[in-house]
Amino acid sequence: MLNYDLVVVGGGPAGMAAALKAKECGVHDVIILERAETLGGILEQCIHSGFGLTYFKEELSGPEYAAKFIDLIEKTDIVVKTDTMVLNIDENNVVTAVNKKDGLLKIQAKAIVLAMGCRERPRGALEIAGTRASGIMTAGTAQKYVNLDGYMPGKKVVILGSGDIGLIMARRMTLEGAEVKVVCELMPYSGGLTRNIVQCLNDYNIPLRLSTTVVATHGTDRLEGVTIAQVDEHLQPIESTKEYIECDTLMLSVGLIPENELTKNVGIGIDRVTNGAVVDEMRQTDHKGVFACGNVLHVHDLVDFVTMEAQLAGEGAADYILHGERETVYVPTTTGNGVRYIVPQRVNIKNPNDVKLYFRVGRIFKNAKVVLEIDGNVIYSRKKIKLAPGEMEDVVIPADVLKGMTAESTIVVRVEE
Amino acid sequence: MCYDVAIIGAGVIGALTARELSRFALHTVLLEAAGDVAMGATKANSAIVHAGFDALPGTLKAKFNVKGAEMMPHVCEELSVPYKNNGSLVGAFSEEEKAHVQKLYERGLANGVPRMEILDESALKALEPNLAPEACGALLAASAGIVCPYELTIAATENAVTNGVEFKRNCKVEGIDFADGVFTLHTTLGDIQTKYVINCAGVHSDEVSHMVGDDSFHIIPRRGEYFILDKAVGNMVSHTIFQCPTAMGKGILVSPTVDGNLLIGPTAEDVDDSKRDDTETTPAGLQLVKRFACKSCPAVSTRNAITSFSGMRAHPDVDDFILGPSKANAQFIQGAGIESPGLSSAPAIAVYLANVLVEAIGDVCKNESFNGERKDVFRFRHATDEERQAAIARNPAYGRIICRCETVTEGEIIDAIRAPAGARDVDGVKRRTRAGMGRCQGGFCGSKVVEILARELGLELNDITKFGRDSKILFDKTK
Repeated sequence: MLNYDLVVVGGGPAGMAAALKAKECGVHDVIILERAETLGGILEQCIHSGFGLTYFKEELSGPEYAAKFIDLIEKTDIVVKTDTMVLNIDENNVVTAVNKKDGLLKIQAKAIVLAMGCRERPRGALEIAGTRASGIMTAGTAQKYVNLDGYMPGKKVVILGSGDIGLIMARRMTLEGAEVKVVCELMPYSGGLTRNIVQCLNDYNIPLRLSTTVVATHGTDRLEGVTIAQVDEHLQPIESTKEYIECDTLMLSVGLIPENELTKNVGIGIDRVTNGAVVDEMRQTDHKGVFACGNVLHVHDLVDFVTMEAQLAGEGAADYILHGERETVYVPTTTGNGVRYIVPQRVNIKNPNDVKLYFRVGRIFKNAKVVLEIDGNVIYSRKKIKLAPGEMEDVVIPADVLKGMTAESTIVVRVEE
Repeated sequence: MCYDVAIIGAGVIGALTARELSRFALHTVLLEAAGDVAMGATKANSAIVHAGFDALPGTLKAKFNVKGAEMMPHVCEELSVPYKNNGSLVGAFSEEEKAHVQKLYERGLANGVPRMEILDESALKALEPNLAPEACGALLAASAGIVCPYELTIAATENAVTNGVEFKRNCKVEGIDFADGVFTLHTTLGDIQTKYVINCAGVHSDEVSHMVGDDSFHIIPRRGEYFILDKAVGNMVSHTIFQCPTAMGKGILVSPTVDGNLLIGPTAEDVDDSKRDDTETTPAGLQLVKRFACKSCPAVSTRNAITSFSGMRAHPDVDDFILGPSKANAQFIQGAGIESPGLSSAPAIAVYLANVLVEAIGDVCKNESFNGERKDVFRFRHATDEERQAAIARNPAYGRIICRCETVTEGEIIDAIRAPAGARDVDGVKRRTRAGMGRCQGGFCGSKVVEILARELGLELNDITKFGRDSKILFDKTK
């Protein structure tokens, strides 16, 4: 059995930032366990730019953004094990992992940061009828083939879902000489960032068809075409709008699912909306000493926010390791009108600092107000020209307000139309 | 070179028959039209070992089902294939259905089915608390089980090849001539000569039969659609739950799988002869499965679906298995018309077909080096920590996880490719190792499996296919 103060599961942007922050706060023995061959996580295949505008105030590609953190980690004594898969975490914070070199590893951790990221929703979860031809893949898999392996996964492409990876891949495939025929989105709005719709679709004249889905795939060997159809207000396909589109590739960008299998095995409480752990403002889960951050906690729109969240988790883990448990009085955060979820789900009012609440809305709002209400009083409100499910929003509970709260207090975030 | 026997079709019947024949000193060849074994009805069915109360007494189905179900645990143990004796329940969801359950019980007795019992409502609900409130009784058949049909077929083929059977994939029989007591099979890999043929061609078995002038039966391709649900709901029921047939159809089953998922289905839709290989799912079929599965278990939700699929069953117009020498040519032996309970019957059918052949040939020696055990299969996810440590020490590739969802290592994937009659494509690796079978459906490991296949087979990444033929995954290199 090995002993570490902090075990970080996952060496993507979240894991790296959490490990660095914990180190900076004075934690001695930190180890990062990463399943891929290198640190960096999904950023390694995101060769487009647009990363770092918020955090570094400069525009970077995914690998450039990751490299900044990898360089910092190399300057520390943080132990990094790549090509290493965590198999289990038990209730005593013992982490079991495996790799080719060490075989099975058992590590007793004082604290653990979960930073496993997320996966893409596959075809099977969508109930698309039809054949099982090749050429149906998630946008992220296609991205890996093009950007890391250097192969074209298709020539005539239909994309289902307008998540950011799908939008990015529409542009990427076009630049590589493929014909992207259409992006279909089931909902009446896109789940992606506005900037991606403009820069990846509009700039290349790729049509985005809202309230439209793929109802069937055709072709026995390689995909030969798909049938698309508009959907009604219950999201059911309208028979009369069915249309056949010839294509050899169907890319799916229909949602990301936090990878919480390890989390669930520990028995940590999961938020049914985010599919991530229930956490407090330092990103501590309901299992003492286990923290979570990044896309394993909730799917983020920008990596910059992942970094900031991971730093909180790193700081929280460091505090737990160095000072033990703090006094806690938890108040839950409650979603009001129009708000789908809030992270953190609960706030320790004994925390002496400002607490930022991240949230997403459930639909498009125009000229609406974001309101933070504590104990029935509006603490803060902000006018927004547009609120969209694809973009994360935030409000701050100031430290002095927190100080005045009690265990019976209420925290509500809502949208006022 | 003239073979003693050519088996046409490497489904569960062909593969197990090949293994039975490998007990004898015979030149046996197993021919498969597709790029891998188990690509027809074997790939996509209910994966149930039926107890044997369904078929009418006196039919071949009844006889072979009961015998096959009895043999299955031992065959699976020899071949290191997971089998689970979970028992089955035919639920009665109304008073009228109770009468049907009673009828099945009596039929089971006539067929010689062991360990059956009629359960009342409270006994049923104690066994299966997640059944619908309407469930008011059931037939429990404790001898029923579950098995993975393609894993059984892969294992049987591997074992047959180890024991001397030749296996040819992508070898479609397109015509048969017979002269001087010898068949010439015209195949996509050239002509093959053989003294005997065993027809295990599944949904195409009538077409193959026609090639020797036997038109005694016709296969009606019957499509069945299914959902596989996530392991998170795999324990919703512990028994295989059947429904009584109604005017609306035979009913939809809800069953755990040996791998811990939940399986719901199938529909039963007869399709055109021209669509024998069209295993597509349909919106109507999938809707039907969802609707009827809820009759047994209201909590079943396809929100947990990880995939859906359809299989084509070889329904013979004569309504029973067609086994034994053909009337048109005594050296042409039928193992045809195998539909449910074909998987359950397979071990018994294989022994029967092998015996028919050996008797026909007469003086056949035993294969002295025959070893029916297939034991050295390492499965990381089932191994203890000590076994894992030892395996990694032996071969570090067992320490590299490729498929996260199903915890499959690089070593297991390499084994699957290098095995006798091993994997040649991504789906072949998936069926042998479960890499890509999990909840992400190959999103992460798919590209890694392509890399390992290319490396092992000495090919480029864009040579690798999903399931052979033109099912390519990648096109040219990027600019």
